[in-house]
Amino acid sequence: MLEFLIEHTWLQALIKMALLILAFVMPLASLSTWAERRQSAMMQDRLGPNRAELRLGSIELRLWGILHFVADALKMVFKEDVVPARANRFLFGLAPILAIAPVIITFAIIPFGSDLCVGHAFEVLRDPASMCTSTIPLQVARIDQGFLFYFALASLAVYGTTLAGWASYNKWSLLGGLRASSQMMSYEVTMGLSLMGAFLIYGTLEPHAMVLAQGPTPSSWGIVTQPLAFFIFLTAAIAETKRAPFDLPEGEPEIIGYFVEYSGMRFGIFFLAEFVETIFLAAVVTTVFLGGWQVPWLYPDGFHLMGWTLELPHLAVVLIQLVVWSLKIIVLCWLQLLIRWTLPRFRPDQLMRLGWKQLLPASLINIVVTAGVVLARSGGR
Amino acid sequence: MSHPSPPHQPTQIVFGMPTPAEVVAGTALELRSQPVPPPGWTPPWTREEDEEEEEELELPTEPMTVNMGPSHPAMHGTVRIVLTVEGETVRAADVQVGYLHRCFEKEAEAATWTQIFPYTDRLNYVSPLLNNVGYALAVEKLLGITDRIPERAQYIRVIVGEMSRITDHLTCLGASAAEVGALTVFFWMIKAREWLWELIEELTGARLTNSYVRIGGVAADLTPDFAPRLRDLIRRVRQTLGEVESLLVKNRIFRDRMDGVACFSPQEAVAWGWTGPCLRSTGVPYDVRKDHPYLVYDRFDFDVPVGSRGDNYDRFAVRMEEMRQSMRILEQAIEQIPPGPVQIDDPRISLPPKREVYNTIEGMINHFKLIVDGIKVPAGEVYSYTEGGNGELGFYIVSDGTGRPYKCRVRPPSFILMQSLHKLIVGGGIADVIPTFGMINMIGGECDR
Repeated sequence: MLEFLIEHTWLQALIKMALLILAFVMPLASLSTWAERRQSAMMQDRLGPNRAELRLGSIELRLWGILHFVADALKMVFKEDVVPARANRFLFGLAPILAIAPVIITFAIIPFGSDLCVGHAFEVLRDPASMCTSTIPLQVARIDQGFLFYFALASLAVYGTTLAGWASYNKWSLLGGLRASSQMMSYEVTMGLSLMGAFLIYGTLEPHAMVLAQGPTPSSWGIVTQPLAFFIFLTAAIAETKRAPFDLPEGEPEIIGYFVEYSGMRFGIFFLAEFVETIFLAAVVTTVFLGGWQVPWLYPDGFHLMGWTLELPHLAVVLIQLVVWSLKIIVLCWLQLLIRWTLPRFRPDQLMRLGWKQLLPASLINIVVTAGVVLARSGGR
Repeated sequence: MSHPSPPHQPTQIVFGMPTPAEVVAGTALELRSQPVPPPGWTPPWTREEDEEEEEELELPTEPMTVNMGPSHPAMHGTVRIVLTVEGETVRAADVQVGYLHRCFEKEAEAATWTQIFPYTDRLNYVSPLLNNVGYALAVEKLLGITDRIPERAQYIRVIVGEMSRITDHLTCLGASAAEVGALTVFFWMIKAREWLWELIEELTGARLTNSYVRIGGVAADLTPDFAPRLRDLIRRVRQTLGEVESLLVKNRIFRDRMDGVACFSPQEAVAWGWTGPCLRSTGVPYDVRKDHPYLVYDRFDFDVPVGSRGDNYDRFAVRMEEMRQSMRILEQAIEQIPPGPVQIDDPRISLPPKREVYNTIEGMINHFKLIVDGIKVPAGEVYSYTEGGNGELGFYIVSDGTGRPYKCRVRPPSFILMQSLHKLIVGGGIADVIPTFGMINMIGGECDR
């Protein structure tokens, strides 16, 4: 069975993709819809949703209201699907798919654990290079283009919002679509440029290689070597997710938003896409700046810290790495929720000023400085 | 000797929103009112040598008309603004009010003087007690009993009025903060408003439609533990205001959204009849409580905060400070309040005690005549004005000597403010319409009546 999987990488990729999306991303996205409402409620001295419960005979399962997302999903599915009379039906239906598909596909490049060594699960990997002959990478697609693939697909997401605004035949949603396209295109530039410094340091575009380059020592992680880029990228990427303080395309009290005409599950998909993007942003930040699945001082054969050693079997190492990777992402999602409920919204002209006049020059400076340092350290070769 | 030619003075042409520096220098309006290009100047984007290229470069644009309201998330109180926009810039605005018209003035003619109190509750429905007080003062002025109102009743009116002013400002600022995206601030302020309303509910029996004030006094005395609870409340509201300020006042995004947006000069404000916090934000220190003291306002030590630029941030800051001043008044009032009756001792005006109504024939007839015929107000007309939540709240009433008004006209502050809304929003962006409208604090019930 394992041999069959190792030989047929396409099947491997399919299974990993399904596991990653269905077992991690979607549940986390659904949970963050609940977490957002609950966390905002805590910040605002409210209770938030806490009533949804599951009744199995005499057992009442309430779980602090986590089940609200199930109720929400059921509501979305059973709501009437309204299409405005003069809307372009094809584009109207296409837009939500275009909004969510690119993000989900891009998850393929995110490494979520170190390579699995087949046949050595319960042994301590003292010499990985010679012991691991056949491996299963914990990454759906290990392609050399790596982040270029991400940038290419991420720029497709703008079509979802723009088309939604345009196809709805509503002036407000059109304004929202236009805001979305200008915002996302402007911030994509900064987003790409802010990662350039990291690419220079790691010498690769491939996410797994970047994680390996950072190693298990936190002092060599991206957030330490590229602190400015971390903040620039986080800002630009939050702008890409179109959430407050960058929720101008939605701009609820102003222009109501690009999905004003959407109802039922079509709206639900936009809603979900926003949270999937949040998780994806967290995954990218984790990969580039927080050492990906690396756990501080955890090497393939166990923990090594200041002469102190704790040997661990291979499977335990991989599991710890998986858990820590998930924790990093959850913390970053939490951070985004915190930002979202603290800051007010920008105005379009201020958004453009921030993007083009402050973040973009800052990221250019970052590239120049990083390039200089990298050149100097390589001895000018 | 030839006449010296005037030094070359390039006319400054300014596009976009005023910067805080321009606003402080007072040049913002001037620069943007009518940019006059110097002779021979052409916009840079038309300076093309090739005609064909120029045609290609010019994007065919045309202004778009959008309806903001009457059903729009930010148009609280149902108002419609027909915006002509060019991209995100507002080129023309047509503000249409009246969607919440309830025939207040006509209905008042059919009600007895006392029955009008519930209608006044529904004028500015976030500070109903201020309307109650304003209306009661107008009728009392016509009755000529202003000086005979018991002191305790006057103090109670000040207390409930200032509490209502705080709830009014809390609602206005909270909603405006929510509209620029700071939803957390909104909930914090609404929480504080809820505390105040709980105390008001305990006193008057209702959260919103209090109808607590009566002609000649107030309906009931303060509850026994009112004073300590109010003191505790003031402490908690102060703390909440501090938290709110910590989130907003030094917040770069919030300041950028509010600073220098929708400036109005004091001259314009006076010419358009502005009153209240909006007028004071332009720097005119007019406050009815200070300039024409009514009730016992002359006994309190409080300041009238004024702004300097008349922009959205000043309107925000003035309201913020006014809440603090109101709390100062509350603290002094609760110290000074004397014991005594809360209703004027005059059987022609105040209802007899229930014990007499049920046990004596005189009491019952007195009660019956006051309820059915109403208080007889001598023929005449009077204009009485108080400081409402949004500005000068005036009542112009005419009596023909019967128990019902011949005419009861309200001067709603926000109606007057709405007249000049188009001047504030034209030239700005769509995104600026919302905070500007929020800071005008148009209350549908009061504006459309």
